[in-house]
Amino acid sequence: MGEVSRFWRESVHRYRLVAHKCGNCQRTYFPPRDVCPICHRESVGKMKEVEMSGKGVIESFTIVHEVPSPFVRQRPYILAIVKLDEGPSLTAQIVDADPGEVEIGKRVSAVFRKIAQQGTAGIIQYGYKFVLD
Amino acid sequence: MSDVYIVGAGETKFGELWERSLRELAVEAGLRAIENAGVYSRDVQVLYGSNSLAGIINGQENIGALLSDFSGIAENNIPAIRIEASTASGGAAVRQAYLAVKSGEYDLVMVGGVEKMTDVFGTELIDLTSSVLDREWEAFFGATPAALAAITARKYMTDFNVEKDALAMMSVNDHANASKNPDAQYKNKITLEQALNSVAVAEPLNMMDCSPVSDGAAAVLVASENYVKRHKLEGIKILSSANAQDYLALHSRKSLYTLDSAKVASRKALEGAKIKIGDVSFAEIHDSYSIYGLMELEDLGFVEKGKAKELVYEDIKLNGRIPINPSGGLKAKGNPLGATGVGQFVEAYRQLKGKAGERQVKDSRYAMLHNMGGTGSMSVVHIVGGE
Ligand SMILES: [Zn+2]
Repeated sequence: MGEVSRFWRESVHRYRLVAHKCGNCQRTYFPPRDVCPICHRESVGKMKEVEMSGKGVIESFTIVHEVPSPFVRQRPYILAIVKLDEGPSLTAQIVDADPGEVEIGKRVSAVFRKIAQQGTAGIIQYGYKFVLD
Repeated sequence: MSDVYIVGAGETKFGELWERSLRELAVEAGLRAIENAGVYSRDVQVLYGSNSLAGIINGQENIGALLSDFSGIAENNIPAIRIEASTASGGAAVRQAYLAVKSGEYDLVMVGGVEKMTDVFGTELIDLTSSVLDREWEAFFGATPAALAAITARKYMTDFNVEKDALAMMSVNDHANASKNPDAQYKNKITLEQALNSVAVAEPLNMMDCSPVSDGAAAVLVASENYVKRHKLEGIKILSSANAQDYLALHSRKSLYTLDSAKVASRKALEGAKIKIGDVSFAEIHDSYSIYGLMELEDLGFVEKGKAKELVYEDIKLNGRIPINPSGGLKAKGNPLGATGVGQFVEAYRQLKGKAGERQVKDSRYAMLHNMGGTGSMSVVHIVGGE
């Protein structure tokens, strides 16, 4: 079941918001990457795991009405790009909020939630979503 | 190095073609291109097939072999290779043909782009088309191509104080032009009101901001100067070809509304063709979502960042200062992913030969063609024409 391993492989990074920090230029990357796009080979072996605070600000967002199959039960949902205080941006849902309350620039915090039922195996996946501060 | 020409072009109608299969569509477009060029398929030395999602939508990989087999050239044992670059597959495949001819290796290359999307529908198809995003870090959390375009749109509209009207005008223009294109998926003109009041897909974008689900195929024959002279063909020159990449995920890019891939590819293509943006007679741009149309007008170089709203009401019309998407664009001609970028060449070929009928752009000399992958991870830009 290749599908199963595809979904647990990144679990630790998703559960604890673990990023990679380049030991050469000190930039932080999330999702984690093994090569710093600025330092290239200078960064190899110097990318260190760092846990992020889960605090950030909404860069922009949408309310998704036409949803992909794993998210049918959540329709409609709020999807945002959140800029974390440590620097990187990520894509995640905003939950426990009325769409009218969500605005660009509002501060948010990460929470641990069920994400969706993925794939033909119907595996329930967990990860981060965000709530308004 | 040899100059490179398009010597024939053909396409199927774009649309929800329930009764047609992937291979039928591809073969029809290929035969039309062959017939249009007046060459023989036995002269074709390599086939590049462009396709984005046949593996997951149709359960069919090995597209090169499929197209070669059913277009009848497997018998000739020429190479046939699939080019996959997400929604930029078509432009990327023509670029491979350009490079192959430019290098001197081949004199006649067939490019065939095809997508058969209606084998899957609804939420399932949305999940599959989301595979052009980062599956683990975007789609996993509920991102879709439309949702990310919508996130971009909201930020753009906020930062540049742009009303929804300006986005809708891209779709109004596409539909107006498509009404004059017999191959287009939609031939109905739409009003600004209709564009603004359609059903929500991902706010602030609604159905009329989004390119449809399309089946279709398009093909071009690319030839060397030598071949053109030997066979006394009248080709349209590919003056330059450029390709640039950006980060896969939108959240990793420097800006939510700047398409670095389009900026770099456009600059290189203009340099390669030795022309300025002001010399471009018309452009086919990758407006899979209306917001991308505005961003592309800016990042390709037609207007400064944040100012596309100044072009979309008048200048982009068929008889305007810089006609955009005379074919009807992705919104109204249709967007059969792997065929889309090749279809742009079919339009340019017809326009530059003065054979675009009712939608003919007057006095056109240079066409810019922009095909984009994903949410901007890749842009392919070509300049064609010039004679
Ligand atoms: Zn670094």
